[in-house]
Amino acid sequence: MNIIVCIKQVPDTTEVKINPETGTLIREGVPSIVNPFDMYAIEEGLRLKEQFGGKVTVVSMGPPQAKEALKEAVAMGADEAVLLSDRAFAGSDTWATAYTLSQAIRKLGQFDVILCGKQAIDGDTGQVGPGIARQLGITQLTYVFKILKLDPQSRALVVERLLEEGREVVEAQLPALLTVVKDINQPRYPTFLGIRRATKLDIPVWGAADLPETDAGKLGLKGSPTQVVKVFSPPKREGTVVLIQAETVDEAAAALADRLLAEKVI
Amino acid sequence: MDLGLTEEHQMVRKMVREFAEKEIAPKIKELDRKHEYDRAILSKLGQQGILGICIPVRYGGAGMDYISLAIACEELERIDTSARVAMSVHVGLNSLSLLQWATEEQRLKYLVPQASGQKIATYGLTEPNAGSDVAGIQTTARKEGDHWILNGEKMWISLADVADNFLLIAWSDMEKKRKRDHSGMSAFIVERGFSGITTGSIHGKLGVRAGNTGSITLTECIVPEANLLGQEGEGFKIAMSALDGGRYTVAAGAVGLIQASLDASVRYANDRQSFGVAIGKHQLVQQMIAKMVARLDAGRLLVYQAGWLKNEGRRNTRETGLAKWVNCDAAFESANDAVEIHGAYGYSDEYDVERYLRNSRGAVIYEGSREIHQLMQASYALGYRQDKPLRCELPKYDPVEWQKES
Ligand SMILES: Cc1cc2nc3c(=O)[nH]c(=O)nc-3n(C[C@H](O)[C@H](O)[C@H](O)COP(=O)(O)OP(=O)(O)OC[C@H]3O[C@@H](n4cnc5c(N)ncnc54)[C@H](O)[C@@H]3O)c2cc1C
Repeated sequence: MNIIVCIKQVPDTTEVKINPETGTLIREGVPSIVNPFDMYAIEEGLRLKEQFGGKVTVVSMGPPQAKEALKEAVAMGADEAVLLSDRAFAGSDTWATAYTLSQAIRKLGQFDVILCGKQAIDGDTGQVGPGIARQLGITQLTYVFKILKLDPQSRALVVERLLEEGREVVEAQLPALLTVVKDINQPRYPTFLGIRRATKLDIPVWGAADLPETDAGKLGLKGSPTQVVKVFSPPKREGTVVLIQAETVDEAAAALADRLLAEKVI
Repeated sequence: MDLGLTEEHQMVRKMVREFAEKEIAPKIKELDRKHEYDRAILSKLGQQGILGICIPVRYGGAGMDYISLAIACEELERIDTSARVAMSVHVGLNSLSLLQWATEEQRLKYLVPQASGQKIATYGLTEPNAGSDVAGIQTTARKEGDHWILNGEKMWISLADVADNFLLIAWSDMEKKRKRDHSGMSAFIVERGFSGITTGSIHGKLGVRAGNTGSITLTECIVPEANLLGQEGEGFKIAMSALDGGRYTVAAGAVGLIQASLDASVRYANDRQSFGVAIGKHQLVQQMIAKMVARLDAGRLLVYQAGWLKNEGRRNTRETGLAKWVNCDAAFESANDAVEIHGAYGYSDEYDVERYLRNSRGAVIYEGSREIHQLMQASYALGYRQDKPLRCELPKYDPVEWQKES
């Protein structure tokens, strides 16, 4: 089974601060990490490989240092890695990113499953995974919480999706693109053997010229229909805190309920 | 000259850090409070390959170099000393001694399961009445037919109640014992399953409360002849060269404890206000932070110097001892300052720094007290002491050799 995992290197948002004047992220000096949701995608890919054989290829589009993210995936057990890096890709929105990644996936050849995290923690759009599926014309299964069945012979796939209203069990046919949520698994640590492989592995870097039959007008800023007009921090929420006190918990709860009814909250 | 860590080292650091933060940090406060030892942490360290990090692949290890061992110790002690102590006895004192002194049969029998973490190992030199004074130990070994009979008591032994294999030092020549001639000592690989060995735990320790420390009692303990490590009479040399491994891990761990003290202090100093400003703005607080930074960088360089010598296959007794002494004192001072910076909160276990302080104290005593280390450093400087070549040296790190499958 050929498994492709798309990963993104993102700033560690637990360490990111926002510039109050410009409303933009202060990225300087912030460590880069593999997008946490992509870690679950890598783990799921490795588990599929362990169960059905085959290989896991990780793909990332980003600046040259995004190689670190790919190496981390290799240290966990991924077999191959490709970095898409070119000035021509700079400024890509989710549409252009999905287009570029799908062109690279086409070049990689036959595949059975593509895995992505449900969203990246920097942009938080959740659009690139579905975008790749549309570009490749394959089934997309988002917010996957569990792979219930995968039969490489009949190519049938059954997954459970974690939705806001509840869970949904759906069937599909391979090839398919899955975006995964946090609860799907517990990502493994890199191994020492994996670390040695990762540091020795020569990771190919593909630019626009390496992607066959690619429309240069669909790449980078030029190929991005999204236009960011303005970035700003939403105004701080105003409000006051009212402490509801009473002799007993029951009385306090009753007073709280009265108050919420009066305010038409409930 | 190259003082940079390789990409491999950086990835090792990241992996061990993640491991320690996920597997140890969430539960350490409770374990320490309850004086509870959690065997699961050791099992996971084993599964992850950390317990055999710098042992060649063909002996069941992960095949990394000696610097990686230091990095792992640093990252583990950044979270808690108990995990690093396990590395010190299991890898530093025991497994590295087997790599250095054991026969091929002994390595296959004992080093392989230890490196993969299936068996846990420790080292017993100290006794109720002799620590610094090694020639003062009383444990004896007498030869009977094709085995040795050991009698005596070991005390303050880390993982005493947990370990499967023990590296024990005893007098095998009674005439030399009387004369305190340490060429009368021998080293033995003893299994928990041998008849005549019992162990117990020590309670009421100031620190490493999430670790196990105990005693070993040997009563007519029968040890096969094949379990003599090195030659008869080499026990003292083996015991001392084992300390080159153990002290290295202790020195590296101390760097992690300084890092933890510094990180906690910086966080708190930026947050806590007094006299209308963050306490970090007060110069006397800055002085404490500046000293921690100095101890951290100097300490790390001392450890990596010792590690580099080990990788090169060069004798490092002096450099390792220096790193151990300087860093353990520095870790204690740093933890002490970290408590000071935290004020009354630092005095409570709501914050971690009081645990750092308690944990740092032991290392000033074990693996050579700070007094013994000062005597050693002065002896080298004054020309009273020189290291003679050993019959078996710790093998130089060779990536090709280390990564061979067989
Ligand atoms: C938590 C912990 C874990 C340990 N784990 C192990 C282990 O796994 N295996 C093991 O074998 N041991 C272990 N030890 C024992 C440790 O190595 C000894 O405690 C240490 O060597 C000191 O010996 P001692 O306690 O007998 O002190 P002593 O040797 O009695 O020393 C008492 C004091 O006298 C000073 N002193 C002694 N001789 C001199 C001298 N010549 N000049 C100046 N000052 C001197 C010492 O510095 C010290 O301050 C552990 C100890 C602790 C606390």
